[in-house]
Amino acid sequence: MIKMKTRNVDVFYGENHAIKDVSIDILDKTVTAFIGPSGCGKSTFLRCLNRMNDTISICRITGELLMDDEDIYAKSVDPVQLRARVGMVFQKPNPFPKSIYDNVAYGPKIHGLVDNKSDLDEVVEKSLKRAAIWAEVKDRLNESGTSLSGGQQQRLCIARAIATAPEVLLMDEPASALDPIATAQIEELIDELRHRYSVVIVTHSMQQAARVSQKTAFFHMGDMVEYGDTTEIFTNPVDQRTQDYITGRFG
Amino acid sequence: MINMAELSKKHRSAESAQRLRKRKASQKRLVSYGILAITLSGMALATLLWSVLGKSAGALTEHHIQLEITLDADLIDVENIAQADFAKLTKNMLKSRFPFVSGRTDRREMNDIISAGAAYELRDLVTENPDMLGQTVAFDFLASDIADLYFKGAYGQIAPAPHQGELTLSVDGDRVSFIASTDDFAPYLAPSRARLLMRADELRIEAGLQENGRRVFTEQGNPAEAAKRETARDARIAEAEALEILAGQPDGFFEPDAFTSSIFLKLGQVWVQVETISANAGTGKILGDVESSIFAADEWQLLIYEDAPITRKVSDIQAILLENLREEGRVSKGINTHFFTSGDSREPELAGIWGAAVGSFWTMMVTIIFAFFIGVPAAIYLEEFARDNKFTRMVEININNLAAVPSIVFGLLGLSVFIGFMGMQRSSPIVGGMVLGIMTLPVIIIAARAAIKAVPPSIRDGALALGASDLQVSMHHVLPLSMPGILTGTILGMARALGETAPLIMIGMVAFIVDIPDGPTDNATVLPVQIFRWADFPERAFEARTAAAIVVLLAFLFAMNLTAILLRKRFERRW
Repeated sequence: MIKMKTRNVDVFYGENHAIKDVSIDILDKTVTAFIGPSGCGKSTFLRCLNRMNDTISICRITGELLMDDEDIYAKSVDPVQLRARVGMVFQKPNPFPKSIYDNVAYGPKIHGLVDNKSDLDEVVEKSLKRAAIWAEVKDRLNESGTSLSGGQQQRLCIARAIATAPEVLLMDEPASALDPIATAQIEELIDELRHRYSVVIVTHSMQQAARVSQKTAFFHMGDMVEYGDTTEIFTNPVDQRTQDYITGRFG
Repeated sequence: MINMAELSKKHRSAESAQRLRKRKASQKRLVSYGILAITLSGMALATLLWSVLGKSAGALTEHHIQLEITLDADLIDVENIAQADFAKLTKNMLKSRFPFVSGRTDRREMNDIISAGAAYELRDLVTENPDMLGQTVAFDFLASDIADLYFKGAYGQIAPAPHQGELTLSVDGDRVSFIASTDDFAPYLAPSRARLLMRADELRIEAGLQENGRRVFTEQGNPAEAAKRETARDARIAEAEALEILAGQPDGFFEPDAFTSSIFLKLGQVWVQVETISANAGTGKILGDVESSIFAADEWQLLIYEDAPITRKVSDIQAILLENLREEGRVSKGINTHFFTSGDSREPELAGIWGAAVGSFWTMMVTIIFAFFIGVPAAIYLEEFARDNKFTRMVEININNLAAVPSIVFGLLGLSVFIGFMGMQRSSPIVGGMVLGIMTLPVIIIAARAAIKAVPPSIRDGALALGASDLQVSMHHVLPLSMPGILTGTILGMARALGETAPLIMIGMVAFIVDIPDGPTDNATVLPVQIFRWADFPERAFEARTAAAIVVLLAFLFAMNLTAILLRKRFERRW
């Protein structure tokens, strides 16, 4: 089932043509990986999917971006609501300097998802459990989110994103600032999350893309060069550039 | 062509070692400059605190004189106690207590040892307790500033001097002649002798002027005028010679005056002010009960008031009365409650800092409401919401310029806009606070913008990605995180506003205001203006009060900063 669909999307940063004519179908309950060399536009494209580029005044987007066949750039769509439905996790863990509990509870609170404290408690617990960090923090929910280790902070950020009950989860190199053990935990977590959400992950690590994703899109110089099943892309790339990249000839 | 291997060798050369030494030396120099600067500023601060605290100590205590006063029912109307003349009652009481004080000057000086405010305090006491009427009550009269300073030793003191001889007295009315068996007074005649010689010198200079006149008139052929000058010249020379002879006489009589030390005798309990004196004899005025003065000749004291009357505010008669009262154990020293509870007054002993402190409090309240609650939203708007265009850039430049405008200009603005145009109450904390608020506004805006800019963008992104609106991002995340920086800027701005005098003078807060302001619309003055006014007053007792007011201002500042630091600590978080 297609969750998000883009058609002929172009993104301009002032004069710079950052994304060129990208059309892609992102499937539900699937992990889609965007790979490509630095500066190829994969992060920029990811940020179009929850309209985070709106905060950059010189950024201009053309083309069609649909979520459940609804234009997310339509005038009637409020980016605030869209972002509640499309969660995002960033490269560097960025927990709020508040308690662990408040970090997770923030989204449900501002969107009015729950009516009372006990429901909120339940949402926080469920989110932390789904982010596989509950066992580590259940006894210190009142401690600051910033007191956790890097890997824990990133899982807390994932829990925070999950807590707003999104349908799509965008991850911008979620493990690149973490050590191998934390990375493995995050990857395991992404594999779990696939069963509930449509996950889009930007990564530099081809091994990571191969391990966690079912679909892979290869970006190069603002073009989406190739998109297909991960196994296909990694074993039998069609395009020469894809082949060069995954065999490590550039990038 | 550069050979990199050759370059590597340079690291081990003598020049390299030399360079390293130079670098180390310059670092050491910088560190020592820093230490020197800190030491110097530390010393300056210590000197300031030491001098201000030292000077202010005198304002912490006040003296009361306990005297029995008869609340004569004939003089006080029971129905209308407040209208009764308690000042006159007090004067009458002093008059009957010290009957030997005669003459208008001496009487006035006697009345001046008790504060003018004491009568009002007595009135309030009697108003509250009307059953006191007709009774004789012991009341603690507040000592005047002169008496207070005398007790604190600010005017020197009357010190007993050694003597050996026996005194023979002969009393005539309130005068007494005395002869000592030895030359006990000889050491204390020197100032009087010097004074005579000084006077003689003055006369000789005058004679010289007359001589000049005589010559001029002689040359002009005006013998009549010339003769007049000659007579005047000779008269002065003769007078000077007489004085010089008198000064040289070992047994001459001298008259202590305003320019020499005062000499007193104490015969039993009775004081005598010496009027003429020689090495072993003299005359004086009895300041005490003549009838009871069965003077015991072997029980006498010679007392010298080293400071000449001209150099002190307290007169001889006042000093004697105060000594009398002190001997009777009527003088008590206590915490200066007037200083901490009253408003301004022209009488130093009644003047207090409370009115100015409350005025400062209201002014600061208005200032913080005005500056903080306009400045912070302005900063948030400019930093978070405003588009970056020519207009906002111009606003930014103007705000920066506004921070450098001299404060008196803001006073002029307040005078013309708030008072002139809007017709608000002058001398009121609300106008003062608004003026200071406008003055502080740019400082707070600049500090707040810097603090907001310092919030990491990752926090903004995190909140935005969760679906927080721009306002929620600002209020929930950016503002709390930038609060420590904003509060630091606010402390700086408020500290400047608290110490500001010039703009408040422009809007009339320099007025003489006795009442404690009840709110921001009452007439009021503020601490720095009060300090400025008191520093200008001639009464010496204001010196200590000025210093004490500075201490109160510093304490006010300290309390304000402490509050801000505590608030900042609450907001300070790691990210």
